Amino acid sequence: MPTLETPKYKKADFVSDQEVRWCPGCGDYAILSAVQMVMARLGVAKEKFVCVSGIGCSSRFPYYVDTYGFHSIHGRAPAVASGVKIANPELDVWVITGDGDALSIGGNHLIHAMRRNLDMVVLLFNNRIYGLTKGQYSPTSERNKRTPSTPFGSVDNPFNPIALALGAGATFVARSVDTQIKHLQGVLEAAHAHQGFSFVEILQNCVIFNDGAFEHITSKEVRDDRQIDLQPGRPMVYGKELDKGLRFTPSSIEICAPEEADLWQADEGCGARAYRICHVQENGDLPVPMGILRQVQAPLHEADVHEQIRLAREKLGEGDLEAALHAGETWTVT
Amino acid sequence: MSSSAPTERHVEVLDEVVIRFAGDSGDGMQLTGNQFTNTAAVLGNDLATFPDYPAEIRAPAGSLPGVSGFQVRLSSHDIHTPGDAPDVLVAMNPAALKVNLKDLKEGGLLIVNTGNFTDNDLKKAQYDHNPLEDPELGRKYRLVRFDLNAATIQAVEGTGLSNKEALRCKNMLALGMLYWVYCRPLETTEKWLQQKFQDKPKILEANLKALRAGHAIAENAELFQVQYKVPPAKLPPGTYRNINGNPATALGLVAASRLSGLPVFYGSYPITPASDILHNLARYKNFGVITFQAEDEIAAVCSALGASFAGALGVTASSGPGIALKTEALGLAVSVELPLVVINVQRGGPSTGLPTKTEQADLFQAVWGRNGECPLPVLAARSPGDCFWCAIEAARIALTYMTPVILLTDGYLGNGAEPWRIPDLSELAPIPVRHTKDVENFRPFARDPETLARPWAVPGTPGLEHRIGGLEKEDVSGNVNYDPANHEKMVRLREQKILGVAGSYPPTEVFGPEKGRLLVLGWGSTYGAIRGAVERAHARSLDVAQVHLRHIWPLPNDLGDILRSYEQVLIPEMNRGQLNRLIRSEYLLETLSMPKVQGRPFTGREIFERIQELAG
Ligand code: SF4
Repeated sequence: MPTLETPKYKKADFVSDQEVRWCPGCGDYAILSAVQMVMARLGVAKEKFVCVSGIGCSSRFPYYVDTYGFHSIHGRAPAVASGVKIANPELDVWVITGDGDALSIGGNHLIHAMRRNLDMVVLLFNNRIYGLTKGQYSPTSERNKRTPSTPFGSVDNPFNPIALALGAGATFVARSVDTQIKHLQGVLEAAHAHQGFSFVEILQNCVIFNDGAFEHITSKEVRDDRQIDLQPGRPMVYGKELDKGLRFTPSSIEICAPEEADLWQADEGCGARAYRICHVQENGDLPVPMGILRQVQAPLHEADVHEQIRLAREKLGEGDLEAALHAGETWTVT
Repeated sequence: MSSSAPTERHVEVLDEVVIRFAGDSGDGMQLTGNQFTNTAAVLGNDLATFPDYPAEIRAPAGSLPGVSGFQVRLSSHDIHTPGDAPDVLVAMNPAALKVNLKDLKEGGLLIVNTGNFTDNDLKKAQYDHNPLEDPELGRKYRLVRFDLNAATIQAVEGTGLSNKEALRCKNMLALGMLYWVYCRPLETTEKWLQQKFQDKPKILEANLKALRAGHAIAENAELFQVQYKVPPAKLPPGTYRNINGNPATALGLVAASRLSGLPVFYGSYPITPASDILHNLARYKNFGVITFQAEDEIAAVCSALGASFAGALGVTASSGPGIALKTEALGLAVSVELPLVVINVQRGGPSTGLPTKTEQADLFQAVWGRNGECPLPVLAARSPGDCFWCAIEAARIALTYMTPVILLTDGYLGNGAEPWRIPDLSELAPIPVRHTKDVENFRPFARDPETLARPWAVPGTPGLEHRIGGLEKEDVSGNVNYDPANHEKMVRLREQKILGVAGSYPPTEVFGPEKGRLLVLGWGSTYGAIRGAVERAHARSLDVAQVHLRHIWPLPNDLGDILRSYEQVLIPEMNRGQLNRLIRSEYLLETLSMPKVQGRPFTGREIFERIQELAG
C-alpha cells in the first residue's frame, strides 16, 4: 500500500537567509538551534509551520526560521496566532515570546489563549529582564532588583510563569533551560505532540543585562542537584546518579530515597501538586522543577468553532445569499 | 367600556406622519417602535426611524434619564430622515412627557398613560404639579388621557399572569390603539409575537390579548375622532425589506465573503453600538462565517489580522474608544500590507462619551489617527441600507489593494431602519482574489504594477515561506531594512498605493445643478437630512446642489473640480468641522462649516434654514 511520504528535513532547511542579530553569547541562539532541529524531525510539512512573535529580543525569532512567520506587535502574538489557527486549524502554530511581552504588556492575551485551549505551542523565553529596551526590570525580575528604572531596587513581586499558566488553565505546562539542549528538545517535542495549548517556559540567559540570572539552578556544577526533571508517570528522582527522590506529604514536599519517590502525575485534574512544586524556592533545599508539570486533555477551541460551522451547514444547508437577503418580511413594488 | 357597534368615523388620508413612542426604558418602547415600523414597511410606506435610548440598561424607573424614545416617520413619498417634530406622541409616564412634549407639533395627538401619573411618578419626573391638570395642554394638543395600566390588567385577565407581569404588556395595548388609528393590520406583530414567545404560551397569550384589546378599545371607545391612512410610497420597483444599519453591515460582509470566495473571520469585543454586527454574524455560521469574541479590542483586531495572514477575510468592528485601542494593530496591518476591514459604528465622544448617542467625530481618528505615515482608505455609509453596500466596497478595496480599510457608520445608522430594495445577485460584482502559488517569482513585497498591491502568499503554500512584521522592510524582498532611502521609498509606495484607490471610484454624483451658488457637501448619516433640505430648497427654486461622499480617503479625483464649480460650499457634519478641515487642507478652499455635536442627528429644517440663508 502506498504510504504518504513524511517529509525529510535537515536542520538547515529551517535556517532562514537572515543574519541573526542577537548579542554574541545570548541564550536565544541555543533555543533557535533546538527549535530548528526539532522542527526538522517532527514530520510536519515545512509550509505548515507558522511562527508568531510579539516585540522584544526573543520576538526576532521568526525572522531566523525558514517557515511562515509574523513578527507582530508588543504582547499581541497569542491574539494574532489565535486568528491564524482558527482560520486554518491545519497550520502548526508556534508563538515565541518573552517575559515582558507575554506577562506584562500581553498578559491578557496569554491567559485567554490558555483558557480557550487552542492547539499551539507557546515558548516563553524568560530572562527576567527587558533586553531590547536596555535592562529595565521585568515582571519576572526578583524583588529588590536594581536596574536603570529601579535604581533603589524594584518593589514589584515577580510572576511565577508556571503558576500563572496552571492558574489560567493551560493544558500543557513545561519548563526547560536554554543551555540544556537535549532536555529542551525533548520538552519541545512533547509540547508539539500535545493536542492543546502547550506552554513552555525556557530559562534564558541575557548575557548583557542579566548575566547569570539562573546560574544558581542551571550551572553545570549545581544543576543535577538543583533541578528535578518531571516526567509524567515516572518516579520523581534527581541528582547526578538519580540517587535522590521527592514525595508529597499532606503539607509539604520532602526529599526521600529514590525508591520511595512518588510517581509524577502531570494529569492530575486539579493540578494541585504541580502548583505546589512550582513554588519551590530557588535558593532552598528542594530541587526546582523542570520538564512537564501538567498535561491534560481538553476540547480544542478551533475544533469546536469549525464543528459548529459544520453542524450549521448540516442542519440548514450551505448558506444561501439570496435567501439571506430576502430574510424576514418582504414586499414588492411594481 | 362601551360595547356598542363601532361608530362611523372619518378617515383622513395623510401624506406622512411622524410618531414618537416614549416611556421608561423598561416599557418596551424600542420594541413597540420597531413593530410599528415593520408593519408600516410591509404596507409599502417609505420610512425612517430614530431610536433614542439611555446608556444605562435600567436607569431608575420613572426618572428623566431613564426615558427611552423611538421615533418613526412613515410616508407616501421618498423620505430621508425620521422627521423633525412628531405629529403624535405616546407618553407612557410623566418623565416621558416632560422630556418629549417640547418636540410635539402644536395640534398634535398626545396620548398619555394616566395609569402612571401617581404623585410618586410625578415626583420622579420632577413635576411639582400634575401637568395633565393644566388646561393649556388640552388646548394646545389633541390630548387623549387613558389609563393603559388598568386596561391592560383587564385585557390579560385569565392568562394567570401577576399584575406586574401583566403590566409589561401595556406597550402592546398602546401599539394596538395606534394600529387602529393608522388603519394598520395586526398580523405582522401577531406573527412576530408568536415566534418570539413560542415557548412561553402565557406571555404570548397576554401580549396578543393586549394588542387586540388596544385595537378594540380605540375602535369602540370614543378616544379618537379621526382615523388616518398613509398610502404606500411610490418607491422604485423591486422587492423590499426593512433593514437596520448593523444587520445590513453584517449582511454586506456575508455577501463580500461570497463574492470573494473567502471565509469571513470576525474578531470583536462587545461595545455599544457595534455589538449587533457580532450578534448578526454569529448566526451566519452556515456561510462559513467565523466569529471570535476576543478578550479585548486589541485581540479582536489582532486575531482578525492573523486570520487575514492565514488567507481569510479578516474583519473587526467597534466604536470610537475601541477603535482607539486597535490603533497600533492598524499600523501593523498597514506595514505588513494585509487586507482587513475595520468598522467604526461611531458614537458621541470623547472617551466613553455618549455611548448610545450618535456623532461623526471619528473622521480624523480614521484618516490620521496612527503613528507614523500610515495611510489607509476610509469609507462612510450614508443610510442603514447603504451599510450593506459599503461593507462590500470596504472588502473590495481591502482585498484588491492589500490594505486595512476603515468603514465609518454611526449609532444612528446602526440602529435606524429604512425600507431597502433587495439587490439582485447579478448586481453584486465579484471581488477577484488571488492567493499566489508562484514559487518561481515570489517576492513578498513585489507589487502589482496597476494596484501596487503585494502578493498574498498564505501559510500552507509550499515554497512560499516568508516572514512579515512591523519593522520597516526592504522594497520587493521584504527583508528588515533600516536604510534611510529605502524607508522614504517604502513610505511613498504605501502612500501611492492608497492614493491610487481613488482611481477605482465611479464618478462623483451631483444632485442638483452642476455649478452655481451653493454646494452642500456631506458624508455619512447626515445624507438624509441634507437630501431632504436640498429637495425642499429645489422646490423653492434655490440654486443649491448636494454631493455626499462615500469615500473619505482618498478623496475622489473629480471632487476638486466639482467643489470649485460653486460659489460656496457648506459642510454640515455632526462634529466640530472635521471634513471641513480636511477639504480646506486638500483643496485650499474657503468652505463653510456647519457643525453640530448634540448626540442627535441634524434635522432637515436646520439644514434647510442654513441653505436659505446662503442661497435664498
Ligand atoms: S540583550 Fe540580552 S536577550 Fe537581548 S539579544 Fe542581547 S543577550 Fe540576548
